[in-house]
Amino acid sequence: MNKLIDGTLIARDPETVWEDEESLSATAGIGAKVLLDVLANEGVEVIFGYPGGSLLTLYDALLDSPIRHVLPRHEQTCVHAADAYARISGKVGVCMATSGPGAANLVTGIANAYMDSIPIVIITGQVPTHLLGSDSFQEVDITGMTFPITKHSYLVKDAEDIPRIVKEAFHIAGTGRPGPVLIDLPKNIIAAEVTDPRPPKVSLKSYKFFTKGNSGQVEEAAKALAQSKKPVVYAGGGVITSGAGPVLRELIEKADIPVVTTLMGIGSVPSGHTNLLGMVGMHGTITANLAVNDCDLLIAVGVRFDDRVTSGLKHRFATKAKVIHIDIDPAEIGKVIRTQIPIVGDARLVLEELFQKVIPPDIPEWWEQLRRWQKEYPLQYEQDGHLNPQTILETMGKVGGENAIVTTDVGQHQMWAAQFYPVRSSRQFITSAGLGTMGFGFPAAIGAQIAKPDRLVFLVTGDGSFQMNIQELATTVQYQLPIKIILMNNGVLGMVRQWQKMFYNERFSQIQLHANPDFIKVAEAYGIPGIRVESPEQVETALQKALAIPGPVLIDFIISPDEVVLPMVPPGKAITEILGGNV
Amino acid sequence: MKHTLAVLVENKPGVLTHISGLISRRAFNIESIAAGYTEEPDMTRITIVVEADDEYVLEQVVNQLSKLIDVIKIIDLTGQDRVHRELALIKVTATPETRADILNIVEIFRAHVVDVNKETVIVQLTGEERKIDAMCELLEDYGIREIVRTGRIAICRGPVSAKEV
Repeated sequence: MNKLIDGTLIARDPETVWEDEESLSATAGIGAKVLLDVLANEGVEVIFGYPGGSLLTLYDALLDSPIRHVLPRHEQTCVHAADAYARISGKVGVCMATSGPGAANLVTGIANAYMDSIPIVIITGQVPTHLLGSDSFQEVDITGMTFPITKHSYLVKDAEDIPRIVKEAFHIAGTGRPGPVLIDLPKNIIAAEVTDPRPPKVSLKSYKFFTKGNSGQVEEAAKALAQSKKPVVYAGGGVITSGAGPVLRELIEKADIPVVTTLMGIGSVPSGHTNLLGMVGMHGTITANLAVNDCDLLIAVGVRFDDRVTSGLKHRFATKAKVIHIDIDPAEIGKVIRTQIPIVGDARLVLEELFQKVIPPDIPEWWEQLRRWQKEYPLQYEQDGHLNPQTILETMGKVGGENAIVTTDVGQHQMWAAQFYPVRSSRQFITSAGLGTMGFGFPAAIGAQIAKPDRLVFLVTGDGSFQMNIQELATTVQYQLPIKIILMNNGVLGMVRQWQKMFYNERFSQIQLHANPDFIKVAEAYGIPGIRVESPEQVETALQKALAIPGPVLIDFIISPDEVVLPMVPPGKAITEILGGNV
Repeated sequence: MKHTLAVLVENKPGVLTHISGLISRRAFNIESIAAGYTEEPDMTRITIVVEADDEYVLEQVVNQLSKLIDVIKIIDLTGQDRVHRELALIKVTATPETRADILNIVEIFRAHVVDVNKETVIVQLTGEERKIDAMCELLEDYGIREIVRTGRIAICRGPVSAKEV
């Protein structure tokens, strides 16, 4: 089932038909035991979970299972960590929590995974079936609550269904457009005997997904590209999910065409590649935005024309362009933008076919124009002698090496990281893109470090986001995860402040984080060493020192609250109204 | 414009909620929704009537509905040659003086009286919405106590079934 693609396992191989392994080692037993056996058989190595009343039988069975369990300090961390684990490893992430508050605490994380199309399986405890619907202790209707934010969900009412449901859940989560699948397990069900632990062959007549694109359409796309004078590739998260990064790179090199990425697409083409114009959208590079605005052919791959890219102006976005939209989800075609050449299929398979058929277009004037823009509007910042956040990120890129994983929280630091950290490969830059969840970064760093124990993991966070899941310092110590915490501390909610400064006449409302703790003392209380950095000269030394320490380290970078993220296309404005570039 | 969608789904709990939730979130008004068993034991058929001016948005909703794992197939019956019907039960005030007039109306519409007592009658009528609306309008003069309607169900004419379309 699993196949190696550029060094990482991917959970799904679109070219093979789903086959059942007959080698299941499961033997009959109670639901909890069979559940864990089937999970192990699915290749699950780690579960991020938090126990509770409804799951006691499962936690008892866990003592006899080979599956590793990681215990964070909040259920939200379980789901974010499983999410990041999936993003890093390409496998389906697994988390679990007990009924009621435990399940409810997962909701934000499930929404986060849903928005970014991340394959996770969520296991929740539930009250016994005879108490369902009676407002019993620690009961919530979690399948009902999460319906709009899951790809599918199950409330198991018969223990004999457990093997089939688990098998289906992994199949649904990891194939097609990936997403979260929830399995709600009543307490009596996991305690009931399962006589037949072998899952049947997955048979879902109502679930289908496309793999190979329509060859005629790919032919059309190749023709359109050959005739184009101003083509641009617009690459998103789907490129990374499908393992299409390498073929995308070959394609843009063979055809010698420019490429822009979304926030989710960062890493699909290595930073610094001559054909890469940078990130597109609200805080993207001016050149990337101008290129999309001016192009005559937009090759959109694994993207969904999010409003952070289109500025919510679907009728003014890439208006001169013919649009080729390659996506595995047919519902994305035409959702926001009318498409001339839709291709429903797996990004990697479609790009491989397009690569075979591509005829490089002759576009010297377009490249001249793009190079002029790049020269005129470079991504830059003013080095004013203060500690600039951009300097920190550039230095991290320098000292961290090519393989460091970066997870971010949400806010200004996230956008600076997207702009200035040199991401070299797919599955290296982990961020909450669609939902924009503050508090995601630290759990994500934990999930990433568990997935790749030998790689350097940076958490880039702010003092606002960090305090949303600061309790995970304990998890970091308990599992000896050597995460390097890069805290950009400006004492305010920086992104909110930036908007209030720019669009609300500097009427600052509720953005001061008075009474911030001394973060170094907090870290030290958990046994994590801290370093404070207040000037640009200290940055490199501090980072090197942090890297030399074998365990987790927190670096408290004191930056100015007046720093802003530029360039910026204000919401609802066209690219020509971009701030910070004088276009 | 009114659209009639035939949605074939797995007969599983929560499917109806999922479908109506998804449609209403995308800002459509569901005019009617009717669900029932079909020729296949594990399949339910839901007929939904929605008001949608923008074909593009409707297509989006159909695409989104198709993504639900329990949805087997969606057919837009709007443009098709089809039969559609609704059933209504109407409780009307019927005194000895007015009863004959009411029965007269019932006969004209080829409806049936299914219950009668000293004060009221219950009229059962099958037909297209307009027919039901028309009869309700006439019966209003006598005093309608209660109306219950099933919502539209629809089926294509000819030998082909919806799942084969």
